[in-house]
Amino acid sequence: MNKKKENNAVFWVFVTPVVFAFLLVVIVPFFLGVWYSFTTWTSSARAGAGTQFVGLTNYFKSFQDVAFSFSFLITFGYTLVNMVAINFVAFGLALLVTSKIKGRNLYRVGFFLPNLIGGLILGYIWQFIFNNAIPALGHTVPGLEGLAKPENLILATNTGALMALVIVGTWQYAGYIMMIYIAAIESVPMELHEAAQIDGAGPWSRMMKITVPMAAQAFTVTMFLTLVQSFKQFDVNVSLTAGGPSTMFVGKPILGTELIALNIYNTAFVSNNLAQGQARAVIFFVVLALVALIQVYLNKKKELEL
Amino acid sequence: MKLALKPGLLLVEVLAAGLFLLFLSPFFLVLINSAKTAFEVTNTPMSWPDNWGNLATNSVSIWTNTTIQYQSSFFSSFLITVLSLGALNLLSSQAAWALVRTKTKTSSFIFFMFVAAMVIPFQIVMFPLLSWFRAITVFTGLDLLRSYQGIVLAYLGFGVSLSIFMFHGFIKSIPLELEEAATIDGCRKHETFFRIIFPILKPIHATVLVLNGIWIWNDYLLPLLVLGKGNDIQTIPVAVSNFAGTFVKQWDLILTAILLAMIPVVVFFLFAQRFIVRGMVAGSIK
Repeated sequence: MNKKKENNAVFWVFVTPVVFAFLLVVIVPFFLGVWYSFTTWTSSARAGAGTQFVGLTNYFKSFQDVAFSFSFLITFGYTLVNMVAINFVAFGLALLVTSKIKGRNLYRVGFFLPNLIGGLILGYIWQFIFNNAIPALGHTVPGLEGLAKPENLILATNTGALMALVIVGTWQYAGYIMMIYIAAIESVPMELHEAAQIDGAGPWSRMMKITVPMAAQAFTVTMFLTLVQSFKQFDVNVSLTAGGPSTMFVGKPILGTELIALNIYNTAFVSNNLAQGQARAVIFFVVLALVALIQVYLNKKKELEL
Repeated sequence: MKLALKPGLLLVEVLAAGLFLLFLSPFFLVLINSAKTAFEVTNTPMSWPDNWGNLATNSVSIWTNTTIQYQSSFFSSFLITVLSLGALNLLSSQAAWALVRTKTKTSSFIFFMFVAAMVIPFQIVMFPLLSWFRAITVFTGLDLLRSYQGIVLAYLGFGVSLSIFMFHGFIKSIPLELEEAATIDGCRKHETFFRIIFPILKPIHATVLVLNGIWIWNDYLLPLLVLGKGNDIQTIPVAVSNFAGTFVKQWDLILTAILLAMIPVVVFFLFAQRFIVRGMVAGSIK
C-alpha cells in the first residue's frame, strides 16, 4: 500500500511540471484563441476584458478580403511546387551521395548545411543574390546583359518572387529530406540489387523497381514534412520578399507573395485587427490539419500498393 | 550500386562536385562580400575582394553596433537555447518515463493530449499567448514578456509534445526487468529513474537535443513576439532582422552580420556533425 502511494507521488512529481507548462503555453491560449476569433478582441483589452461576442463576423470579413483568398491561393501553389521541387532534388541528391563516388560524405555535409541556418538569415542572403549578385553578372558577363535590367529582376515580378521563394525553400530543406532518403536507400538489402543485376536489370529499372518501392515509407514521411514546412513558411517570406511586390487581384491592389502565415501576422499587427487575425489563424489550422490528414491517407494507400 | 562504365562514374563525380559548389556558393558570396566596402559590394558583388582587411573592419563595426547588440544577442540566444534544452530534456524524459510505466486512465489521457497537440500550429496560439502572458504578469507580478523565464517557459510548452513522444517510444523498448531488479535491490522509485533509466536514454537525449536545439536557435517568430525587437533581450535572428530593417541596403554590414551569425552554428556543426545528422534523421522517422 505504501509502495503504491510512493509510485503515485513520483508519477505526479514527474508529470506535473510539463503538464503545467503545456496547459499554460498551448492549451489555454488555444481555447482562448478559438473564443477570441468570435469576438471583438483587441490587443489593449487585457485577457478578454470588455470584448463582445460577434459570432462569425471575423470569419465572414476574412473571406471577403481578397488579400486573404489570394494568400490561400498562392500558399497552395507554393506548397505544391515546393513539395515537388524539394523531394525531387532531395531524392536526386540522395541517389548521388549513395553511389560510389569519392567525397560523398563531404557532399552530404554540404547539402545539409543550409538546413542549420535559420530561414530568416537564408532569406536575406538570397535577397542579396537576386537583387545584387545576379544583376552584377549581367553587367560583367557578355551575353547576359538582360540580367542587369531592372525589369528582369526576379523579385520584381509576382511570379518571379514566388519562384524565388521556391528556390530558397528547396535549397533550405532539400538537404534534410535527402538525409531521410539516404537512410531509406541504405536500408535496401544489397542482395536485391545483385539479384536484379544478374537478371539483367539496368540502373534505371533497379531504381524504379527496387529502390523506390522499398523507400515508400520514407515518402510518406518526407511528403508530410515538406507539406507542413511549406504551408507554414514564414521566416523566408519575411526576409526575402516581405510579401512584395504589389499586384492586382480581382481589381484590388494587394501584396503578391504574402503567404498565409505572413497574412495572419500582418492582419493582426500591421492592420491592427487582432480578432480577425485570430479568425484567420483558426481557418489556417483547420485547413492545414485537413490537408495533412488527406496527404498521409493517400500516401499510406500508395505505400500498400507498392 | 556499381556503375559499370568508368566515364559514367566520372560524369557523376563532376555532377556531384558541381552541385556541391552550387549549394555552398551563397555562403561563399556572403564571405567575400563581408570583406568589401559598401561601394565594392554594390558595384562588384561577384568579384574577389581587394583587401581582406575590410573583413576585420566590418566585423568590428558589427561587433560594436548598438542596433544588433551582437555580443548580448549571442549571449541571450545561447542562454535561452541552453536553458530551454536543459528543461525540455530533463522534464520530458522523466514525464515520459512516468507515463510509460504507469498504466492508468489519467496517464493515457495525458499522453494522448500531448500527441494530439502536435497538430496545433504556432499561429493559432501566438496572439492569445501574448495577452495571456500579460495577464499572468498583472496577477502574479512575474514578468513573462521580454524576460528569460517567459521565453524558456514558452519553449518548454511548445517543445514538450514532440520530446515526450520521442522519449516515450524509446522507453517502451527498455525491458521492465531492469527496473524490477533495481526495486528488489532496494532502489526507490525516483532513484530507479535517475540511476538506471536516465543513463540508458543517452542516444534519444542526443536526438531530442539536436531537434530542439536547431529549432530554438534559429526560431524567429516566437522570440519576435515574446521578446520584441530592439529590447534588452533579443535572440540572433531577431537582432539580424532588426539590423537589416534599420540599415536597409547596407549590404556590406548586413552580410557581415549574417556571417557572424552563421559562424557559431557552422563551427558547432563541424564538431558535432555525425551526432547532428543521426539525430535529425532519427527524429524525422519517429
